[in-house]
Amino acid sequence: MENKIIYGVTGIFDTPDEIISAAKQVKSSGFERFDVHSPYPIHGMPKAMRLGASPLGYFALVFGLTGAFAAFALMTYLMGYDYPLIISGKPFIPIPAFIPVTFEVTVLLASVGTVLAMLFLLFKLPNNSHPLHDTDYMKKVSSNKFGVCIEAKDEKFNEAEVIEFLKSIGAKDIEVIYYDNEALNFKVNIFEWMFVAFLVVSALVVSGATYIVLNKLMFAPPFNWMMEQHRLDAQVESKFFGKGNFSMRVAPAGTVSRNSNQFKFSGQPELADAKLINPLIPTEENLRKGMKKYDIYCSPCHGYYGIGDARLNGQFPNPPSLHSEKVRNWGDGHIFYVITEGQNSMPSYSSQLTNEEKWAIVLYVRALQRAMNAKEEDVK
Amino acid sequence: MSIEVLKEPSVIEGKPTFVEIDEQISSPIDKSPNIKYLIALGITSTMLLIGVISIGATFFYGIGLWGNNNPVGWAFDIINFVFWVGIGHAGTLISAILFLFRQKWRTGIARFAEGMTIFAVMTAALFPLIHVGRPWLAGYLFPYPNQHHLWVNFTSPLLWDVFAVSTYFTVSFVFWYIGLIPDFATLRDRAKSGVKKVIYSILSLGWRFSNRHWHNYEMIYLILAGFATPLVLSVHTIVSFDFAVSIMPGWHTTIFPPYFVAGAVFSGFAMVQNVLIIIRKIFNFEHIITLDTLEKMNKIMLATGSMVGYAYGMEFFIAWYSGSQFESFVFINRAFGPYAWAYWIMVSCNVVFPQLFWFKKIRRNIPIMFVIAVLVNVGMWFERFVIIVTSLAHDFMPSSWAYYKPTLVDFGILIGSSGLFFTLLLLFIKAMPVISIAEVKAVLDGAQPHHHTHNGGRNGK
Repeated sequence: MENKIIYGVTGIFDTPDEIISAAKQVKSSGFERFDVHSPYPIHGMPKAMRLGASPLGYFALVFGLTGAFAAFALMTYLMGYDYPLIISGKPFIPIPAFIPVTFEVTVLLASVGTVLAMLFLLFKLPNNSHPLHDTDYMKKVSSNKFGVCIEAKDEKFNEAEVIEFLKSIGAKDIEVIYYDNEALNFKVNIFEWMFVAFLVVSALVVSGATYIVLNKLMFAPPFNWMMEQHRLDAQVESKFFGKGNFSMRVAPAGTVSRNSNQFKFSGQPELADAKLINPLIPTEENLRKGMKKYDIYCSPCHGYYGIGDARLNGQFPNPPSLHSEKVRNWGDGHIFYVITEGQNSMPSYSSQLTNEEKWAIVLYVRALQRAMNAKEEDVK
Repeated sequence: MSIEVLKEPSVIEGKPTFVEIDEQISSPIDKSPNIKYLIALGITSTMLLIGVISIGATFFYGIGLWGNNNPVGWAFDIINFVFWVGIGHAGTLISAILFLFRQKWRTGIARFAEGMTIFAVMTAALFPLIHVGRPWLAGYLFPYPNQHHLWVNFTSPLLWDVFAVSTYFTVSFVFWYIGLIPDFATLRDRAKSGVKKVIYSILSLGWRFSNRHWHNYEMIYLILAGFATPLVLSVHTIVSFDFAVSIMPGWHTTIFPPYFVAGAVFSGFAMVQNVLIIIRKIFNFEHIITLDTLEKMNKIMLATGSMVGYAYGMEFFIAWYSGSQFESFVFINRAFGPYAWAYWIMVSCNVVFPQLFWFKKIRRNIPIMFVIAVLVNVGMWFERFVIIVTSLAHDFMPSSWAYYKPTLVDFGILIGSSGLFFTLLLLFIKAMPVISIAEVKAVLDGAQPHHHTHNGGRNGK
């Protein structure tokens, strides 16, 4: 017992009336570091202990406002500026339609944030090594008794005097609580073999499971990733229209579509290479536009830097690098041609991109090529 | 003392002591499961297995296994979604709204109803996932930065659903867990075996019953109740927007949000009442979940059932009063068309039978109230069936009209959803206190100081 550090002295009371008056007397005797323990909240106890108002309302206000502003700002930016789309003829920033999500995020952040702040900041939980745990005192106050604990950290604390004081206000079962030496001297040792083994095993399990799920399981049936589809293909002979007919109906000969923007060099890459000149100049604006469109349409296969290292690598025939000798020696017109007409597995992007956007992509691809194969004078 | 007459009778009968409360509430956890419990678990897990097989088949072969056809693209899965989300609403109503109204009778049933909320929302959340056909791509529902610079459509009610249901689940879970912390601490100090003690120590986070903590704890309970109240109203409102925001006749009505919320509370209370009647019998909780409590729940069912009945009538009135021939057609078709059988099941179960609760004898008769509550749940399931299927099956174009027939797989998934819900509920009963120990202690006679008049003197002697 000698070398143990004292935490505090506790006393037990039987009824809620007694504990309220005990709390009042402890407080008025000048103790500050004391606490009252009871199996349920007792009405009037905060007043008896003279506790100030709970700060949690302010936490909720701050978290709630953060949620509201964050949700509203995010939606406004995404729908109004980053990728504006006209949906059901509504404006780009339809404020009434933003109300539900704003409300939900406000409630979510306010509730969860306040609870976490209360548990972790105010209460400093989880704490299972507190000296009060596993004492007879705790067993009583968690069930049917009420208790007062005066802590040794209080300025007026003196073991004998406090015990006398508690007796004088009617406390029973007075108990002196000590810190657990084992808990006090506990040092975290991260090189303990059990812990290291646990880390190694969990790393192996997590990485193994991730590998199996992402590389094997996700490609087992029924996950066919739309590569097999039971549908009519436009260029396949149709059972419905009879032999010699495609599923796609062929337009009468000589038909020209409205707003036709026919590509003059269809099927003639060399000619396109020779005749077409990029009408755009490499301003920052044009390059940014090219980058955005490149990231949307080209990067899924070619990768962000044109190396051909994208996420889809391995699932389709690997796309070639854009930094090969061949592509670098192509004229702008040839790259434009490939975007317009497609090549091998690559489809045409004519329906997704305007001519101007295609030229902007060409500019950006040129910039990427220059960056990967910089010349001496570029560095200067 | 002179106002003795006004004193409310205690919500807990038989004047148990604190220790008795501890023992009674933790007895289902302390005892090893008996044969009745195992049989019940066997039945529910078999139902769950049927659901797992049906969902597995759906994933493997595709949603062509369902009865959904061209006009009726939303059928059992969305019906079940709305039904289960609705079941959850009673829990939040009991734990949050009745808390704000200081209804002390809620203490005996709040924890259990909150647990039901969580399990019902989990069950409900399954359905939008399986309905998308490729549930492993459900991550696309959340706005996250991606390679294509694409974002979700924040103006779509279906996306609002994602936010509403996930927020609802999270907040309900937090609310439930906050309530459980002191009870876990009580169980921790009662635990005799080492394993139990470790588990409850971790779950209780080392709660110490400190009044400095209780002071903030009561505040957070109030704050959470304050947030959960508008939240629960918003959730079924947003679910009703899935329908009301479209231009389908029979869906495009402004009465939908309050009508859906009333219906949700209605069916939720019916489910809570059903399960509680069984629980209080099996675990001898008759003095904590009293007949008075059940009677009060029946009164709420009567009120919400009448609101639902009013909404049914008002829909017909507006269909006539609006002069829109499409609206009129849909409603006449509901009541007298090919789905008339479903419509009249709905009306009799939801509007006619609950009216029996006007009689006090019926409100206090356990077998009869049990049967009525079962009928209410059947009726509320059919309400969603009527709303979804009849509107879709007969839309604007008569050429596309078709009759919807569910398949066996549809029923398998429906059975499985009940299996999931009740299995989780049974496991909950065995693992955690189904009645809040701390809250029940606080409302016992003599649990609060005598001189205190904070509560309008209701605790005073």
